[in-house]
Amino acid sequence: MTVDWGWFPDHQSDLVTLTLDHLSTAVPAVLFGLLIALPLAVIAHRVRALRGLLLGLSNILFTIPSIAIFVLLLPITGLTRTTAITGLTIYTLVVLLRNTVEGLDSVPTKVREASTAMGARPLRTLLTVELPLAFPVIMAGVRVATVMAISLVSVASYIGYGGLGQLFTDGFQRNYPTPVVAGVLLSLLLALVADAVLVTIQWLCTPWLRRRA
Amino acid sequence: MIELLKDLLRWLTSGSQWSGTDGIGTRLLEHLQYSLLATLVAAAIALPVGLLIGHTGRGAFLAINLSGFGRALPTVGLVTLVFLASGLSMWPVYISLVALAVPVIVTNTYAGMAAVDPEVRDAARGQGMRWYQVLFQVELPLALPLIMTGLRLACVQVVATATIAAYVSFGGLGRYVFDGLAQRDLVQVLGGAVLVAVLAIALDLALAGVQRLLFRNRPPRAHAH
Repeated sequence: MTVDWGWFPDHQSDLVTLTLDHLSTAVPAVLFGLLIALPLAVIAHRVRALRGLLLGLSNILFTIPSIAIFVLLLPITGLTRTTAITGLTIYTLVVLLRNTVEGLDSVPTKVREASTAMGARPLRTLLTVELPLAFPVIMAGVRVATVMAISLVSVASYIGYGGLGQLFTDGFQRNYPTPVVAGVLLSLLLALVADAVLVTIQWLCTPWLRRRA
Repeated sequence: MIELLKDLLRWLTSGSQWSGTDGIGTRLLEHLQYSLLATLVAAAIALPVGLLIGHTGRGAFLAINLSGFGRALPTVGLVTLVFLASGLSMWPVYISLVALAVPVIVTNTYAGMAAVDPEVRDAARGQGMRWYQVLFQVELPLALPLIMTGLRLACVQVVATATIAAYVSFGGLGRYVFDGLAQRDLVQVLGGAVLVAVLAIALDLALAGVQRLLFRNRPPRAHAH
């Protein structure tokens, strides 16, 4: 198997387009996942009776293969980017929900009680005390979900919205490994850069952890 | 939508669909064979690595980064690449599935080992236990619930991903998904997808049952990624 490295500069603009395409499926999926997971996690954390149900349901969703999720969505959303984003959102939900609940659980009861004793209502305690303290654990989930979403976008190439995954189909059909190598490398690079960006965001948002260290 | 569900039910329940060399029975067994073999090979690689890193405390940084790298590796890309390199064989399927499962098992095994109370470990050493006695009689039993969680997660992901075997012209339940996509036969695609999901959930529940039998007196399980 030989890789034709000259292919890379020749296809530079295609590669940029596909990378951006890849990001425009993965990033909204993580954002929507977070948007859905946060309120659900607060409910699961506060209402013990719903906790098992919510976590169990998200675990079941996780057992459906990603390609099957895309296919199952086809009758509803059709061959559109919405299908790709929705499918990935469902996948990120499991990790995000679990980590956010764990993060909220990790906040010591005394801290929560102190906030209440100082007269803060539940919503204010949640926004100014619990969520900031749970932030590192939630971010750990966001990092895993992002890396997972970026590696899974390729699966959506079966419905035509796979970003860099398009290169896999192309290389496979033409029996030509170079685009496949390009797709794998760029996908890995993208995941690496995204993770680094998230670590930086986390570092910037938690000055209190820095001072302690 | 209702029509589609009716067709799906008919597809899943028709007797002729279940028998023969390309029937659901055969495909189910193929899928199970790919998944179980890949999970077992991954466990044989990942468990010693995770245990060793957890026991010595060395190489944790490397292990965590490698598993992050493994998670970022697109499975479809890997299967295509190995296929183009090796030609028509089962290698692409098994290599991709093992690569998918190893990071999950390593991370969870390491997390389980790291969660063992250092004082318990010191006490075991203080009683004159050898390193392998500490590892197998103290650390391993305490880390087992998290290790089992890792194996379950890996198994579910492998079953879900084993559909790619059909992508490189082999069998398994992915056959229905890919053939259905090629023939624009939505019922067949849905049927395959439902069967994979049911198989994954069934295996997860079976492993959960094993876990419950093994740890009847243990605190509830925790998660790592």
